[in-house]
Amino acid sequence: MDEKKPLVSVDRVVGKVHVAKVLPRQVLDELQIIEIQQDLQSLIDGGAKRLVLDFANVDHLSSSALGMLINLKRAIEARQGSLKLSYIRSQILKVFKITRLDEVFSIHKTTDEAVAEFLKS
Amino acid sequence: MIEIDLSKLTFHALQIKNDLQSARDQIVRPILAQAAVLGYCSQDQFALRLGLEEAISNAYKHGNRCEPDRTLRVRWSMDPNVMVICIADDGEGFNPKNVPDPRVRENLEKPSGRGLMLIKAYMTELRFNERGNEICLIKVRKRRPCRTHT
Repeated sequence: MDEKKPLVSVDRVVGKVHVAKVLPRQVLDELQIIEIQQDLQSLIDGGAKRLVLDFANVDHLSSSALGMLINLKRAIEARQGSLKLSYIRSQILKVFKITRLDEVFSIHKTTDEAVAEFLKS
Repeated sequence: MIEIDLSKLTFHALQIKNDLQSARDQIVRPILAQAAVLGYCSQDQFALRLGLEEAISNAYKHGNRCEPDRTLRVRWSMDPNVMVICIADDGEGFNPKNVPDPRVRENLEKPSGRGLMLIKAYMTELRFNERGNEICLIKVRKRRPCRTHT
């Protein structure tokens, strides 16, 4: 039986900051997007209040994936938490800018920068 | 608007069942492969993939209401200068002018509604048929050499 590949890996926890890496290169498939959302929601439900999502692997995102991120942001903020995004490639960053979602999300060049920002506050 | 008379183009055509994975395998991948062969740079290929994925997703979800017994019909014409890809569904159609702008304040944090806006942003031109159940994506090749991306 083929083992199902994980779509998200929790790379590390630094203090109370969780760093989760989105693993697929293309976040396009609706079922994948639902699974990613469920995995990250589990982290939030488990108490993660400071979450960095690392997109270093990702070279394509659909508008549904953007919607998933909005839902996650809302979910973590409902628990007085905060979400940051890191390592967004330039072509994907352009998508955020075109949709003005760069004004909605806290986007950092690197994961270390995002974590440092969390630890400062 | 660019001067392309769609009626003068020769199109390849394909009809598939209303299924996103089938669409990816039978439409998106071959068209992207053809774009690469024709020498479109990675920026244009990114734009084409984004436009295709969003248009197919819209046709699947909104036009065909995710119903597997409906069909997606694609026709495409590609040369080294311009790509034209038209995607039709079995739905009643819509008026693209009625789609709210997802970038205005009150819509900015809604989880949906960005697909059409992104297609417009990445394609040179969009055309719709009168009924509103077919969208044609027109992408003119960038004349300048594409920048490489990290």
